[in-house]
Amino acid sequence: MEAAPKPSSKAQVKTKGKKQPLRYWEGKADEASLLPSSLTAPDSVIVTKRKREDGTQPRGSQVSKRPKQTQRFKSKQNQKNLKSKHNQKHLQLKKDLRPNQKQELRLNHTLSGAQDPFPGPAPVSENAVKKFQRSSKFVKKHPLKFVTEDKLKAATDEEEETSVRAAQAELLLSEEPGFLEGEDGEDTSTICQADIAEAVDIASAAKHFDLNLHQFGPYRLNYSRTGRHLALCGRRGHVATFDWITKKLMCEINVMEAVRDIRFLHSETLFAVAQKRWLHIYDNQGIELHCVRRCDRITRLEFLPFHFLLATASETGFLTYLDVSVGKIVASLAARAGRLDVMTQNPYNAIIHLGHSNGTVSLWCPAVKEPLVKILCHRGGVRSVAVDSSGMYMATSGLDHQVKIFDLRGKFQPLTSRALPQGAGHLAFSQRGLLAGGMGDVVNIWRAQGQGSFLSLDQPYLTHRLPGHVHGLQFCPFEDVLGAGHSRGFSSILVPGAGEPNFDGLESNPYRSHKQRQEWEVKALLEKIPAELIDLDPRNLGEIDVISLEQKKKEQIERLGFDPEAKAPFQPKQKKKGRSSTANLVKRKTKVKDQKQREKVRQSQQQQDQQQKKKKKKLTPPLSTGPLPSALDRFKR
Amino acid sequence: MGEYQLLTIMRKVPENSSLRVLSHEEEVMDLLTDCQLSTSEDENDNNDAYDGKVDGIDDKDGNNEGDNNNESKHQKLLNVICGLGGKKRLTLTERSEANPQVSEFGVSTEGTREKLELTELLAPIKISSSLGTVKKQLKNVKNKNTVELPLSKEKNEQSLREAAYNKISQDMNKWDPIVMKNRRAAQLVFPLEQEQVLDVPIEEVLEGWKVSTPLENKIFSLLHKNKRPVTSAFLTSEEKASLKAMSLEEAKQRRAELQKARALQSYFEAKARREKKVKSKRFHKMLKKKKTKEVLKQFEQLHKISPTVALEKLKKFENARIQERMTLKHQNSGKWAKSKAIMAKYDLGTRKAIQEQLIKNWELTQKLKVPSDSEHNEDDDEEDAGLVPAIVNEVQLSIDGPNPWMQKQHLNDTKNSPTQKKPAANEVAESEEEEATAEGKLLLQEAEERVFWKKVEQESQKQKHTTTMTTAPTKMEKDEEVLVQLRDLSKQLNQKVKKKSRNGIHPVSPPSATHSKPSIQREEQALLNDRPARTLEEDLEVLDTEVGQEQELLKPVMERQHWTHSNQKSPQKMNEVPITGLHTIISMKAHIANSFLSIPTFVEQEDCDEDKTQKQLIKEAFAGDDVITDFQREKREAEKASEPKDIDLSLPGWGQWGGPGLVINARKRRRFLIKAPKASPRKDKYLPNVVITEKRNVHAAAHQVNVLPFPFTHLNEFEQTIKTPVGTTWNTQRAFQKLTAPQVVTKLGHIIEPIKENDVEFSPSHFDLPNL
Repeated sequence: MEAAPKPSSKAQVKTKGKKQPLRYWEGKADEASLLPSSLTAPDSVIVTKRKREDGTQPRGSQVSKRPKQTQRFKSKQNQKNLKSKHNQKHLQLKKDLRPNQKQELRLNHTLSGAQDPFPGPAPVSENAVKKFQRSSKFVKKHPLKFVTEDKLKAATDEEEETSVRAAQAELLLSEEPGFLEGEDGEDTSTICQADIAEAVDIASAAKHFDLNLHQFGPYRLNYSRTGRHLALCGRRGHVATFDWITKKLMCEINVMEAVRDIRFLHSETLFAVAQKRWLHIYDNQGIELHCVRRCDRITRLEFLPFHFLLATASETGFLTYLDVSVGKIVASLAARAGRLDVMTQNPYNAIIHLGHSNGTVSLWCPAVKEPLVKILCHRGGVRSVAVDSSGMYMATSGLDHQVKIFDLRGKFQPLTSRALPQGAGHLAFSQRGLLAGGMGDVVNIWRAQGQGSFLSLDQPYLTHRLPGHVHGLQFCPFEDVLGAGHSRGFSSILVPGAGEPNFDGLESNPYRSHKQRQEWEVKALLEKIPAELIDLDPRNLGEIDVISLEQKKKEQIERLGFDPEAKAPFQPKQKKKGRSSTANLVKRKTKVKDQKQREKVRQSQQQQDQQQKKKKKKLTPPLSTGPLPSALDRFKR
Repeated sequence: MGEYQLLTIMRKVPENSSLRVLSHEEEVMDLLTDCQLSTSEDENDNNDAYDGKVDGIDDKDGNNEGDNNNESKHQKLLNVICGLGGKKRLTLTERSEANPQVSEFGVSTEGTREKLELTELLAPIKISSSLGTVKKQLKNVKNKNTVELPLSKEKNEQSLREAAYNKISQDMNKWDPIVMKNRRAAQLVFPLEQEQVLDVPIEEVLEGWKVSTPLENKIFSLLHKNKRPVTSAFLTSEEKASLKAMSLEEAKQRRAELQKARALQSYFEAKARREKKVKSKRFHKMLKKKKTKEVLKQFEQLHKISPTVALEKLKKFENARIQERMTLKHQNSGKWAKSKAIMAKYDLGTRKAIQEQLIKNWELTQKLKVPSDSEHNEDDDEEDAGLVPAIVNEVQLSIDGPNPWMQKQHLNDTKNSPTQKKPAANEVAESEEEEATAEGKLLLQEAEERVFWKKVEQESQKQKHTTTMTTAPTKMEKDEEVLVQLRDLSKQLNQKVKKKSRNGIHPVSPPSATHSKPSIQREEQALLNDRPARTLEEDLEVLDTEVGQEQELLKPVMERQHWTHSNQKSPQKMNEVPITGLHTIISMKAHIANSFLSIPTFVEQEDCDEDKTQKQLIKEAFAGDDVITDFQREKREAEKASEPKDIDLSLPGWGQWGGPGLVINARKRRRFLIKAPKASPRKDKYLPNVVITEKRNVHAAAHQVNVLPFPFTHLNEFEQTIKTPVGTTWNTQRAFQKLTAPQVVTKLGHIIEPIKENDVEFSPSHFDLPNL
């Protein structure tokens, strides 16, 4: 439920609407074609590497400049898009046209004779609409009642209309994602942060910074959901939250205790800190509001924003869900796998992933007392787990120095893997699907090679060496920034193309005011999803519970003593002149029965034939040019 | 009134002459029966009864009798009474007993003083007429069927009700479509009749509009100044004038003309098409000749009418001639001609063809004789008279002469005779000329042919002697030769290639690509097929290495997986992917698990730069916890736990000896064992590295729909209708508003009245949904 696709961008939003969480290789074309002009997003960094000579130029002027090559590339792309757009059929809102048709016809003959050059609603490309459609078309297998058909038709109409509207509203997503390109096939991983910071505008360059905090040990970090605020915690008790863009400190305290993890709750006003003994909750002034004693020896924290659940993993091996809106512990599950110190959430379905020392990753939801899925990922213990924003891929790294990417859609099989010299201690996915891995004091970032392709671990997109060993990694939402906490402080790294360029102003607005935040809070609380609804497939809720349906029917049959919907068995007619003898009756009955049976068999046979044909079609390799098989081949061994 | 008097008089009639009286009475009765009386009773017996009867009659028919009748009857009656004489009044004895049947024995003669004689009784009764009516009535009564009993009240009411119901239900049927429409409508807006938005063209609206504001005043003054139309018409005066230029009749006429022209055109077109399709060469030749003749004729005519134009045309012909001379089109230098020339020596047909061509050339290049003006004009004048209708000539003549119409008649006289003669002579002359020209042609042809043949011979000789001639045609030939050679070579090559391919040696370039692909595919398939067959350890290890080594190989696999994943949603479906040899996997597992450590892994052999040592280190570090076997054990346990268990109801000690060490009889145990139904296959059946719980999330299920709502009969139908989310989080604002629009909208302060029958067809709310 959590990150179910949100194609909406609200009409009243003036700035931009949030986009459906796309995988980054999908449908970039559409976006690009919407605004071909080279608008640089305020929060996305567009960088191309330049030679050193350019470095002497003043900073402000550099941003607008771009190497010709890339521009040419872009323009080509745009042309392609335009072409493809021309070829596409265009959908329009049927319903909207209907009532206005008469008027339109009349309007065409205006007094002045002038005609609307673009009559009717704006056309939308079919592909764009398809992106927002939620279900495949319903295929009618047998004749339906009129009423049913009506309802189905209404539903499909509604669906089409909403998807068309959503596609139309995509126009409002005006920002483009950032990118980084090397000159003449230059490896982008050789580009250092200083180069990037030089090339981008001042505001973006200011997002690259280091905090030198060598006193209080390795730091962990957490960005708020809007991407505006940052919480840091050093192991030796240093806790601080601040608006990291303006660098305005909100609070800074030392809790005088070992601190393991920190996490913002639903907004930046509250944050939870996993301290040595208990879980503490502070407000934005650093005042301790709660000390949750039922959660002790917490190692990792996760917050599920749509359910208002704070998930905690403890040293004692318990996974505890704390509902922060009512302050109740929803579930406390014993993982039975020793110390838990690897945890992440799947933003798509709010499932918690735990990594264990026996190389498995287990998936949890609060309603079930055992892991929903247990995947054997590594031959050593699991060091870190990350799940991408679409909920399809999970990256894991283990003590066997492997980094693997798993498919989470049912099969849980590894898609790619790579051995790294030291193994990755920390992993993080960005909103647009970039994967960051921290190995020792080096951070590698991987991305897909080319559009539409899958994340490849062959070559890093960027690398960066930190002053100390990595202790926490997180991409900042809606920014092209990767935050890395390490043993000597915190660094913010520019990663062009990491963040989602368009945000939903009603959902997570980085620029929201105090009042807006309050309103959002109320709304979010009203729309809070019950914890029981967390499941592997959040779409299950839209399906009928077949098991209880069958159970109910069974009970009804038991109650009535007969099946009210059952078809009456065949009863042979009574005939005269001795033709209704018992033998004859039986014969007639068997005749009918056999007929039915034969029909069934015939149907199944047909189905099988079809399937086989399909298989053959799939399997038949192109005609081999080799010699014909000889008759003696069958004796070969 | 009259009757009444009569009756009172009748009472006084003496009884002695009863029969007479009777006869008289009968007369009276006859009178009375005039006004249609039916009395079936015997009047003999009693007068009272009679009285009553007559009273009834009186009541019935009093009004019917006319006054004249009355008077005459009255006279009669008076006469009868007078004839009775003054005899004593008879007293009638009345029979008092009630007897329905009058018996002959019971007839009393008392008071009559006369003996009743049998003869009297037997005498025929006069009054048969009245009895006839009775008979008739009796007959009628007999013939008539008996009327059935009237229905009971309840039944009657029921039938009435039924009829009424049927009628009303039929009446109500006409509402059905409206009801359906309303039920189906996404939204109903009440009151149903809304004042319709005026859908009037703007011109009509503007007509009733008047200038009110100063701005409008200004605008209109401007318009007036520029003489633009202001109010009604939207046309300027010029436009109007142009509209008026042609009257309706004219327009119609013109239209008819045009129509006719078009029709004719189409006919001609059709004809032309037909002719064009004809394949006969002869036909076309004839056609051509005809055409040329026509053209010539026209030309001649033209020559007569306007010589200057004709001259020009001639020049055009001349032009064509010049062009023909310029080109080598119909001469013997063309490719075709050359090829034919070689054959011509031996073949008569080709020779003829060449001749024909040459003739054509000759014809085309022939200079047209432009006759000297003086000669021709004379001829013309003479000829014209015959060929061309007289009027045309006259018209031409009229230029210099007097009015032709005046001259016409006597001209006719003079010209008739020569016109008849001349054409024949002309024809003869023409034919002669043609013959002459033909002869000339032939001569010319022969001459030219000779020249041609000579040329050909020379050329052939030249070719024989000097092959290295540099003339253009030889060059061409050379080129052609080269081309031919090349072609031959290429053919040979192709053949060789084919042979090779047949022999099994694959040609290098194009087929290699086609071949390599399938091989890759095969490998992939092998990989795919192998995967399940491999045990887990192998999987993990080999995958490690493979991923490193054969990224390219795996990529398509991954892509395919990607596809399959995206295509198949539920894990159950994915399990259907055919994977074979589960038993072999299970059986192999233990074996390989045991030999796990001994087998050198690919990772170690192959893995990158540094780490033989480190790998080994790690392995040593984790030697104790064999992760994979642990996992397998776990999985097996989970499988076992999820399996439905049989219930054993056998009790030890029942029917046999019980105690420690005694085993229950196998047969008995079998008898008391309730076998559990087979469980559906586990979701992770074919996923060796995954354990998926079979437990249902009961808490989530509580939120799910667990009934199939009314109109739906299948699950997926209903699921289809609830798939689109409604909230603002998932929809644009407008879509959200539309999705959540109320089903019924009522306008405040409006009275909602029931639909009237008249409005049924026009209620707009059924058709138009509100526009959000």
